[in-house]
Amino acid sequence: MLNTSPPQGSSQADAPCDCRSAAECEADRLTRYQAVANGEAVTLLRRRYRRFAAWMTVLFLAVYLSYVLLSGYAHRLMAVRVVGTVNVAFVAGLLQFAMTFLIAWLYTRYAATRLDPVAERARAEFDDTQDHQAGARQGGRDPEGSTCAR
Amino acid sequence: MRTVTLDQMSLAAGAGAGAHRSLIIGIFLAFVLVTLGITLWAGRRTSGTADFFAGGRSFTGFQNGLAISGDYMSAASFLGVTGTIALFGYDGFLYSIGFLVAWLVALLLVAEPLRNSGRFTMADVLAFRMRRRPVRTAAGISTIVVSIVYLLAQMVGAGSLVALLLGVSGGTAKQVIILGVGALMILYVTVGGMKGTTWVQIVKAALLMAGTALLTVLVLHRFGWNISTLLGAAGHAGGKGSAFLEPGLKYGATSVSKLDFLSLGVALVLGTAGLPHILVRFYTVPTAKAARHSVNWAIVIIGAFYLMTVVLGFGATALVGPKAIKASNPAGTTAVPMLAERLGGGAGSTGGAVLLSVISAVAFATILAVVAGLTLASSSSFAHDLYAQVIRKGRATEKQELRAARLAAFGIGAVSVVLSMFADKLNTAALVALAFAIAASANLPTILYSLFWKRFNTRGALCSIYGGLLTSVVLVVFSPVLSGKPTSLLPHADFAWFPLENPGLVSIPVGFLLGWAGTLLSRGEADQAAKYAELEVRSLTGAGAH
Repeated sequence: MLNTSPPQGSSQADAPCDCRSAAECEADRLTRYQAVANGEAVTLLRRRYRRFAAWMTVLFLAVYLSYVLLSGYAHRLMAVRVVGTVNVAFVAGLLQFAMTFLIAWLYTRYAATRLDPVAERARAEFDDTQDHQAGARQGGRDPEGSTCAR
Repeated sequence: MRTVTLDQMSLAAGAGAGAHRSLIIGIFLAFVLVTLGITLWAGRRTSGTADFFAGGRSFTGFQNGLAISGDYMSAASFLGVTGTIALFGYDGFLYSIGFLVAWLVALLLVAEPLRNSGRFTMADVLAFRMRRRPVRTAAGISTIVVSIVYLLAQMVGAGSLVALLLGVSGGTAKQVIILGVGALMILYVTVGGMKGTTWVQIVKAALLMAGTALLTVLVLHRFGWNISTLLGAAGHAGGKGSAFLEPGLKYGATSVSKLDFLSLGVALVLGTAGLPHILVRFYTVPTAKAARHSVNWAIVIIGAFYLMTVVLGFGATALVGPKAIKASNPAGTTAVPMLAERLGGGAGSTGGAVLLSVISAVAFATILAVVAGLTLASSSSFAHDLYAQVIRKGRATEKQELRAARLAAFGIGAVSVVLSMFADKLNTAALVALAFAIAASANLPTILYSLFWKRFNTRGALCSIYGGLLTSVVLVVFSPVLSGKPTSLLPHADFAWFPLENPGLVSIPVGFLLGWAGTLLSRGEADQAAKYAELEVRSLTGAGAH
């Protein structure tokens, strides 16, 4: 995926390269990404995404595994009737469905309000460095094409 | 889905289709014709690698959500899970739950970063910051192994099932059916590429959901829309008293079977996000946001589907009865078709015949779509990872890469057809669970480490992929799946020393541990921090995404 050696087939031979050598080209690109990686937007995005995804993963794995363990080892509890013939085991099973829907909804809402706008900002930051570095040079969003290869 | 032997099949032929064969064949042929039409249409609109491997990245979140569901809801779910519920009651429900909750791993950790940073295959993400040839080789091998194991499961199931539903018996008929399924799936993939295959999945998902919903409504209507009444009737007919509605009937007997259950639960929830044919689906949409929406749609559709399988399973117990189901197929695979016949008015009635035919045709469509998805994922990995990057060292043209993919589809299709013909005694349920376990042990640790762990390196990736792959396969070889039990593949031999049928409980932690240890025991690589910065910026923001 990186640009050093000829990548996925097509665009290399026909690509005019503004950089002096492939190695410099590569270094250029990596510096750009590193600058954005240390920037305000990506730092915020990283922190928010990791914190949310990690907590939710711990939560749903814990709930799911306790359900599996209860089903395997807490037979008497699971057999308690709740309504009619419906017992705790069924309610617990349906709660797994509810949990999945709920976490998916929470994540989607969180991503739309707290992640997507920051990602947008980070992309803008990235495009800025590209314009800055490349000057008037045409820059695509294609990694084979960005900075140098095309 | 358990092994179906020949005498069981001829037994079932009486109970199964018989007179309605032509109706089933008619509906099925209609599906084949429609999907072939779609394939030809898509084939004419497929020119480059982005079309062939990723459907031009032109699908919407909803379309891809349907296609993901189509790829995921296999015959093992439609027939196997409902059959297990019908015969073992509550324990079958656990499959439904694991298969659904697993999507949270995909949604929270895998779908968006993968879409943002990869191109066509899982290996694209690894190749970012590691030595490309060794990691692509490893990822390509594990992709192909998982796909072939899963393909085998579906095709062995297809052979038995189709023979059963059409009421034909004998080894030759079954082999002809496997050959036909293989030929069709190769055709879908080589002609239609990802575009054609995606539309086949969409059509199939719509058919499967419609068929399942129809049966669910009919069952619920019979029981006055009261779940408690349905469960009561199923518990009564199940003949095991209230135990039928509680966990433990299938897995609760011994401490080993309880561990096996735990192992299965872990493999199901962690395997999904490592299945190659699911991973490639995230590349068919234009952005990470669309990938998120497609997983959300998939969660809604798959969640609804698995809730309905519970109604169908218990409905089959209550209305058909475990005795009749077992007589037709000891694993309960035919529970749903039999339920359909009963709901339509019973054997011999026109309504019964029509409903049985419709549901059977839906089951065929299901198998066909899933095998096509698997063939596409594995041939993409062969062409893009092994051929273009490893063998040709990145010097293959797009045309050559496409030709390699089509040839690989032929090769992988042929291999699985031949293996399926000789392996018709294999237990499909065990094969599906094995595919999940391998995916969770070999693919998932590497994907997660490479996305989220800065220090992770080539050595770690190789240790985790090969280690997870070998551990899971070796443990299955020495498990009761292969030998030592009357239900094993080789019932007369006994070299089993690993007690569990599903290796996940051991092999998944081994995969994670090996990746961790391999990384820490080797030196860092050049430019590591910078390359990780690039991957992180891309995966988080979508900058530079394809």
